[in-house]
Amino acid sequence: MYGLFLRHFFLIKSSLPRVLDLVYWPTIQIILWGFISKFFSIYSDYYNNTLGIILTCAILYDILFRSSISFNMLFLEEIWSRNFTNLFIAPLKLKEIIISLIITALIRTLIGLVPAIILTSPLFGISILNLGLPLLLLFLSLYIFGITLGLFVSAGLIRFGPSFENIAWSSLFLLAPLGCIYYPLEILPHFFQIIAKCLPLVYIFDETRNILINNFVNYENLKQAYMLNFVYLTFGIGLFYYSFLKARIKGTLINMGE
Amino acid sequence: MQTPLEVINLSKVFDNKDAVKNISFKINQNEIIGILGPNGCGKTTTIGMILGLLKPTKGKVLVKGMEVENERVNLLEYLNFISPYIELPKKLTVKQNLEVYARLYDVKNIKSKIDYLIDKLRLNEIINKITGELSSGQKNRVSLAKSIINDPVVLLLDEPTASLDPETGDFVRSFIEEYQRERGTSILLASHNMSEVERLCSSVFMMNKGVIIDQGKPKELIKKHGRKNMEEVFLKLTREKL
Repeated sequence: MYGLFLRHFFLIKSSLPRVLDLVYWPTIQIILWGFISKFFSIYSDYYNNTLGIILTCAILYDILFRSSISFNMLFLEEIWSRNFTNLFIAPLKLKEIIISLIITALIRTLIGLVPAIILTSPLFGISILNLGLPLLLLFLSLYIFGITLGLFVSAGLIRFGPSFENIAWSSLFLLAPLGCIYYPLEILPHFFQIIAKCLPLVYIFDETRNILINNFVNYENLKQAYMLNFVYLTFGIGLFYYSFLKARIKGTLINMGE
Repeated sequence: MQTPLEVINLSKVFDNKDAVKNISFKINQNEIIGILGPNGCGKTTTIGMILGLLKPTKGKVLVKGMEVENERVNLLEYLNFISPYIELPKKLTVKQNLEVYARLYDVKNIKSKIDYLIDKLRLNEIINKITGELSSGQKNRVSLAKSIINDPVVLLLDEPTASLDPETGDFVRSFIEEYQRERGTSILLASHNMSEVERLCSSVFMMNKGVIIDQGKPKELIKKHGRKNMEEVFLKLTREKL
């Protein structure tokens, strides 16, 4: 028994990312639910249709989550199956790899989400389609940001190898408290508000609540979200190319399967 | 006609250590060249640079006269590679895997190509099986099929018979010989199996600590070093101090 304990203890002791991983999840959960609780204790009469708004926001957040995870999973599956090197010795341009991952991630996202969206109507009498045509703009904006996060993580996987895997899982949860998914920006402490304003999520979810509560579309929010998306996506693509170059210098690509 | 593969003054430095130091060689059409040496001697690094997976610190790799660093993606359609350290997606069937790679390599007539591979590599009984459920010998034949799916001009084989039973190993060696005769492919073979090297390679070069320490035809090297076979030549050369 002690031997088995040691086997895992040595593993944790020798790996800072594993220790951080253990600390990370409870911390993020507590922060997220802390802000949600704070919001409801202060603004208990804010929503007339609390369930509808929360569920709609949860589904929209899942679009982000699924698209990013789908993108990362496509890369991770190649690493786990030791097929990574085969992929990079095939005559594929990096842009072809990125585009095929983007399309596949979209299909995976839709496969995962459509049943959930359909179920909310008979179970809770709520439909995300109540958002109307702006839903398409919100969906696209979340999808672009999800793909962008996927690009950041994939760049890390290319550059640093499988040890970057934990970041792939945890990156999205870091954004959950800052993205103001279930509460308005004002609920965050001032310093966090400054960071949150740099994320397209704040504008997307603010606009979702605005449409559901006030029944009109504030295109300024959507414009802000798309502008930020453009900046992050451009940076993400650049980072992916840069990581590939660095991996070719450092030798990560050839060692990935070993 | 352009030389299929030419390596000129190639070097790779990792963290101020020379992994490969100023090596040069070329492979003509219809030729199998062996690259030999102990673990960590620079074989995989050399193959990595040929495939464009590694950026050389110095020197260049030419495939059909064009430099890999400038034309990496275009030249990859002339190359292919097999190694025991890389595998095909485990959850796909053999046929699905071959179809995926046929498309990645833009193979024109996919069905007839897969039929050819099924026939040549005795894949008919496993073609619809899940790749991850195959024995190591079967997986090896599937990987070999993937490695020739694009009829590569240069085929890089990294220990193609490692961990195979003698019968399967012999089948693979016979297949390589036959395929090379039939297609005129240039092959770079990295192997620790010296009898395999003697059987397949028209010429070999020995590496140690990133440099080529000797090269020539296997029989000439055996004679030159006064040994009985390539295994003894290998041991003599790798045990000598550089």
